[in-house]
Amino acid sequence: MGTSKGKSTNSENIEKQKESTISFDFTDRTKGIKLESKNANVFYGDNHVIKDVNLQIREKTVTAFIGPSGCGKSTFLRMFNRMNDYIESFHMDGEILIDEKDIYDGEVRVEDLRKNVGMVFQKPNPFPKSIYENVIYGLKIQGIKDKKILDQTVEESLISAALWDEVKDQLNKSALALSGGQQQRLCIARALAVKPTVILMDEPASALDPIATSKIEELIHVLKKEYTIVIVTHNMQQAGRVSDKTAFFHIGELIEFENTKDVFINPRHELTERYITGRFG
Amino acid sequence: MNNADKNQLKDGLFKYFGIFASLIGLILLSIFIASIISDGLRRIDWQFLTSLPSRKSEKAGILTAWTGSLWIFALTALISIPLSIAAAIYLEEYSKKNRFSKLLEINITNLAGVPSVIYGILGLEIFVRTWKLGGSLLAGAFTLSLLIMPIIIVATREAITAVPSSIKEASFGMGATKWQTIWYQILPSSAGGIATGVILALSRAVGEAAPVIVIGALAYVPFVAQSPMDEFTVLPIQIFNWVSRPDPGFITNAAAGIIILLAITFLLNGIAVYLRYRWQRHVKW
Ligand SMILES: Nc1ncnc2c1ncn2[C@@H]1O[C@H](COP(=O)(O)OP(=O)(O)OP(=O)(O)O)[C@@H](O)[C@H]1O
Ligand SMILES: [Mg+2]
Repeated sequence: MGTSKGKSTNSENIEKQKESTISFDFTDRTKGIKLESKNANVFYGDNHVIKDVNLQIREKTVTAFIGPSGCGKSTFLRMFNRMNDYIESFHMDGEILIDEKDIYDGEVRVEDLRKNVGMVFQKPNPFPKSIYENVIYGLKIQGIKDKKILDQTVEESLISAALWDEVKDQLNKSALALSGGQQQRLCIARALAVKPTVILMDEPASALDPIATSKIEELIHVLKKEYTIVIVTHNMQQAGRVSDKTAFFHIGELIEFENTKDVFINPRHELTERYITGRFG
Repeated sequence: MNNADKNQLKDGLFKYFGIFASLIGLILLSIFIASIISDGLRRIDWQFLTSLPSRKSEKAGILTAWTGSLWIFALTALISIPLSIAAAIYLEEYSKKNRFSKLLEINITNLAGVPSVIYGILGLEIFVRTWKLGGSLLAGAFTLSLLIMPIIIVATREAITAVPSSIKEASFGMGATKWQTIWYQILPSSAGGIATGVILALSRAVGEAAPVIVIGALAYVPFVAQSPMDEFTVLPIQIFNWVSRPDPGFITNAAAGIIILLAITFLLNGIAVYLRYRWQRHVKW
């Protein structure tokens, strides 16, 4: 698995290399394991895009997936809400567990899974409907019609997504009239409305300007108190700012999975170091 | 004259030919409409709209024809819209992309080009004889549905494909089922495009004479159809019948009938254009 760092002069470094690549958040063992991947392999046809990945993510933490384009970050992220199921050539082996339950087990309904595991996409994708309609969509498809519950959910979700103050007087306005950053926060509110426990974010700020980006980052900080968050990002500073742990992928392999500050200050693998310092071929 | 001049001349000539070619249709149509209006407009009155057919041109009315066309419009819409939209949804969202579905797709596209009289013969065999519907409104509506379903299916598929996949992903990502995604997201987002196709197709159905003649719609129907099993006539057949009479009074009746048929067609096309315009303005991704 990758080449280890060359300049291993100090003993601390050698100590580190002895540890397994599957590591735990030693700083906070009180948190349970929320997401787990056991020997996961993913293929698109003959293309082997995720190779034997093992990792454990604790609840109420933020984990960043980083790595060069095409290394499989999005594919791996989408394993946790089974969004790859729609790709005809997709197949996998191994196990993906949420709360210790294999989500690829035949008994799991994907619809129920996705109510528990919300997703925010790279490009804001609100429905071409009102702000209100967007937020209640998840409740609507569950058949919830009680106006009181809907109103309350809209308010709570928009407050949680730090959008309420900006839109509370125009809930019936089209979501498409909002700015990109507001649209993305609306998409977060929409995901929160069904009370998930996990939120997956695939480059949620890559289409936004710096101010909108920092709003999303602040939001992630707040949301992590209640949700387990996994975020794919190409922005190293962002990974450093928002995440507790960072997973570095390279051509389908999980090279390194450590506390974020360790990954950035003292990466174990040469590939990781080259990637985070921007010296990547 | 040097080469450059020659080319310029050719260019100029071609331009004028182009203008002429594009205007000729419009001019001929205008002349036709003007002469029809001058012949027929004065004939359109309450008596004309509410009278049954008659041997005497000044007593004859168009009641059975326009009510027949209305019946055909409604029944054809009822049959063709749900079936076509269901077929389009199946092809676009459910069918596995294999050779069979390819073949099906190509066939549906080609069906849109089959001459309408062929559909009449098909309708005669299936609906009139096998299903024993006779020359009824229902048989006519089924036949015309066959004729316009390919048009609606193609238009619906285009409208559905125009819905961005990011919207579908958002819906699935929220835990929606496929059917919920179709019902709450795909259909509302493509409704404008579907409606446009439906109306254009129905306006074609209302204007058709050949297939309904083949299945046995009559030129002379002395009563207003009361049920889908009644015999019927439609505007194009009534017009065709009047035009072929020697009495000049009937020619005037025919002109009046044409005005009514054209008015209906233009109205439907106008609605289609309006819907398309509104849809394009409102749906920006
Ligand atoms: N729908 C698909 N069908 C077939 N192959 C795919 C599909 N989506 C992705 N792949 C392939 O899987 C590999 C991993 O892609 P993935 O999108 O997961 O990478 P990524 O790390 O998210 O890249 P990026 O940073 O550019 O978003 C790539 O080689 C890609 O070509
Ligand atoms: Mg990606």
